[in-house]
Amino acid sequence: MSKLDAKIPEGPLAKKWTKYKASQKLVSPNNRKKLDIIVVGTGIAGAPAAASLAEMGYNVKVFCFQDSARRAHSVAAQGGINAARNNKNDGDSVYRLFYDMIKGGDYRAREANVYRAAEVSSAIIDQLTAQGVPFAREYGGTLANRTFGGVQVSRTNYAQGQTGQQVLLGGYSALKRQVALGKATMYSRRQMLDIVVIDGKARGIITRNLITGEIERHAAHCVVLATGGYGTIYYLSTLAVQSNASAAMQAYRKGAYFGNPSFIQIHPTCIPVLNEYQSKLTLMSESLRNDGRIWVPKVKGDKRNPNDIPDEERDYYLERRYPAFGNLVPRDVASRAAKERCDAGYGVGKTGLAVYLDFRDAVAKQGKKAIKGKYGNLFDMYEKITGDSPYETPMMIYPAGHYTMGGLWVDYNLQTTVPGLFAIGEANFSDHGANRLGASSLMQGAGDGYFIAPYTVSNYLADEITTKVPSTDLPEFEEAHNKVVERINKFLNINGTKTASSFHKRLGHIMWEHAGMKRNEEGLKKALEEIAALKKEFWSDLKIPGKADELNQELEKASRVADFIDLATLIVRDALNRKESCGAHFREESQSEGGEAVRIDKEYSYVAAWEYQGDDKEPKLHKEQLKFENVEVKVRSYK
Amino acid sequence: MKIKLNIWKQANPKAKGRFEKYELDGVDPEMSFLEMLDSLNEKLIKEGKDAVAFDHDCHEAICGCCSLYINGRPHGPGEEVATCQVHMRAFKDGETITVEPWRAKGFPVLKDLIVDRNAFDKIMSAGGFVSIDAGQAPDANSILVSKVDADKAFDAAACIGCGACVAACKNSSAMLFVAAKVSQLALLPQGKVEAKRRALNMVAKMDELGFGSCTNTGACEVECPKGIGIDFIAKLNREYLCASFGEAE
Ligand SMILES: Cc1cc2nc3c(=O)[nH]c(=O)nc-3n(C[C@H](O)[C@H](O)[C@H](O)COP(=O)(O)OP(=O)(O)OC[C@H]3O[C@@H](n4cnc5c(N)ncnc54)[C@H](O)[C@@H]3O)c2cc1C
Ligand code: SF4
Repeated sequence: MSKLDAKIPEGPLAKKWTKYKASQKLVSPNNRKKLDIIVVGTGIAGAPAAASLAEMGYNVKVFCFQDSARRAHSVAAQGGINAARNNKNDGDSVYRLFYDMIKGGDYRAREANVYRAAEVSSAIIDQLTAQGVPFAREYGGTLANRTFGGVQVSRTNYAQGQTGQQVLLGGYSALKRQVALGKATMYSRRQMLDIVVIDGKARGIITRNLITGEIERHAAHCVVLATGGYGTIYYLSTLAVQSNASAAMQAYRKGAYFGNPSFIQIHPTCIPVLNEYQSKLTLMSESLRNDGRIWVPKVKGDKRNPNDIPDEERDYYLERRYPAFGNLVPRDVASRAAKERCDAGYGVGKTGLAVYLDFRDAVAKQGKKAIKGKYGNLFDMYEKITGDSPYETPMMIYPAGHYTMGGLWVDYNLQTTVPGLFAIGEANFSDHGANRLGASSLMQGAGDGYFIAPYTVSNYLADEITTKVPSTDLPEFEEAHNKVVERINKFLNINGTKTASSFHKRLGHIMWEHAGMKRNEEGLKKALEEIAALKKEFWSDLKIPGKADELNQELEKASRVADFIDLATLIVRDALNRKESCGAHFREESQSEGGEAVRIDKEYSYVAAWEYQGDDKEPKLHKEQLKFENVEVKVRSYK
Repeated sequence: MKIKLNIWKQANPKAKGRFEKYELDGVDPEMSFLEMLDSLNEKLIKEGKDAVAFDHDCHEAICGCCSLYINGRPHGPGEEVATCQVHMRAFKDGETITVEPWRAKGFPVLKDLIVDRNAFDKIMSAGGFVSIDAGQAPDANSILVSKVDADKAFDAAACIGCGACVAACKNSSAMLFVAAKVSQLALLPQGKVEAKRRALNMVAKMDELGFGSCTNTGACEVECPKGIGIDFIAKLNREYLCASFGEAE
């Protein structure tokens, strides 16, 4: 366990980051020109990191698998981005945001990192605004704010229901500026397939050019992964369908520890599964819970039109169970409550796996125009998919896989256990503990990218100024390259009968069933067996058309699914190990009589960091013990 | 439902493409168009044939990946929809559906239905930004923006960079795309400082990359999935003219 040092600076919580910046090692502008950095990912973490490092004078190579950096999955974030600005004079502060995140994460996050995320949040809004991000404004011209779940202040900045798009395009435009200035080089339509480690340090990557199929080698002084989350492990999720775990798994296999892999957020408000062909579930932003009220009929199997069911026959179950937070309880709580109602037979819709999210009262009180102004595009999106207008009839919603709090374990420098390999944004495990609060992922990703990685990466590079960029002819590159080619050929040579997607779908079923919203020992053990069987079948019956040296989307998919299968095992192992319930991780064995999650702090107040030991070998568990010195650890209550 | 498909197949940028005919049975009207293509591919792969390549990612009309020209319309039937929002209920049982990639000089075909839209990134690099380094920004509330301007800027900023406007235009002009970015930033105080340079440089880059000029037919506006209006092109023209007559920078 010796390696697991989080490198948290000494001193009082509120001074740690200031102190770090004051005492970190610097690289002079002259030397920055000589240092190369690889950034993989162009989402709300990667694009700003690449742009900011290039602005400082480093040479940055940026990679993404989409055709343009602007299409990273962050573009789909809807509701907003938090900042502790106290714009509403409602008692917000850096400490309050920090506290909300620690509590929201069910006391499973590291205090120092969370505090820093809260501390830089305000500067993000300044930066984005200066870039021309059109945040919503009040008539007086100041920033408008809304409220998200799990908090009692209004600190969320937004651009209608397209905040992610606007925020990402801010970072993207900064990156495009650096490309024009020649400080950043963009490599789009590239899939990273391995990380090259030389003398214990990350020094490069192997990519596949998705247009030509060519395998390429790229060397640098360090590598920053901003490759997003793996909620797509469930196949059906709210993420863009190509989102994946491959980069994280490559890092894991190269020695980076994987932190809390089983902490996966299931988002309560998504459009329910409509048919078996579905490849993706659509999120209806949490911001809707500001004005929408969630309910099910009081009588099982009530098939009446929802508008004909009078108030006294409706069960507004969140308002009933959690009077203090009502419809704005955190996501994990809201998701489980919906599942509980549906499992008990009160669900609505064709499948009974849905609850109502109703805007009747809000429309009556505020008028259709005001509601349209806040949620117009979400209502349109809903209507386009389901054919129903939420202005007229309640939405039907159900939980779906959404966000991964788990990810690569990083220290205070956002560095993984492999020196020179950094992980930022959703790809790392850091700031959200066992449950993320709404609008805090864009905040964390952007904070990592604009204001944290530029400092911590510089701190690392200060010791590398005399190191030359390694030659890509070195044996380490050769070996990684050959392995990648070998793996591709292996995929192509199986020549079985089943498509990569069909395996992904089956894996998703296993994970949703046994490692989704509720977990128990028996189910998890069963999942381990089922995943092992699926893996065997995958490697013996996969079918990929086409060749390696051409644009081949099935090959891309196969590579992702193979990694998902390995990660699934890791997730289940982590879930089995943690016999408590905390945040999104709900072990049925650990609940109160009222069905609330019961944490076991004495045993599990740690980050589980898993070390790879070889394929199909049990990984080794390392524990980062969490210390809470600035908040009182309590039972998380939203009653 | 049973449908017939007429899909453009092209092995690589240099190969000659052609239409290939397919038939697909058991199509559910509730399927999205992309899910229909998924099931077609599932079937083709099982039959040992090559799958149809097409770009897609978010399935929420926001990433701008999807780019199918369906029955003669970019993004297919419907108002203000991206391809991922088209459902099979929009087609009749037995109908023949023709699917092509975007066709424009600025967007060469890479394979089947996938085109290269790097040109848009290059246009963005020519000026689609505000020159502000991380850490230099003033307090966001010190830049007051009227709600009207903020909302209008947002309407322009909603562009997803899909390229449907180019595909719809008989001149393959990228004016709507450029107009959206130029207008967004020109409407905001933060963007005004570089407004002239931006308009001139982005338009020049667009011309250089082989996009045609705008002759005001309005086809782009009709097909834009985000409802970006050609009033923004009028704004771009004003910005461009002012910039051309202003001092050269
Ligand atoms: C529908 C939806 C709505 C959301 N709404 C909100 C919200 O309102 N507020 C909020 O704070 N959060 C929200 N979130 C969460 C938030 O959007 C994400 O957590 C965040 O955007 C992740 O950003 P990222 O930069 O870490 O990764 P991503 O944006 O996922 O970017 C990943 C990048 O890595 C690249 N990449 C990945 N693997 C490889 C590889 N192997 N090779 C090459 N490139 C690779 C991709 O091309 C991409 O550029 C939402 C999430 C979803 C799904
Ligand atoms: S203006 Fe409309 S059609 Fe053109 S790229 Fe933008 S969103 Fe697509």
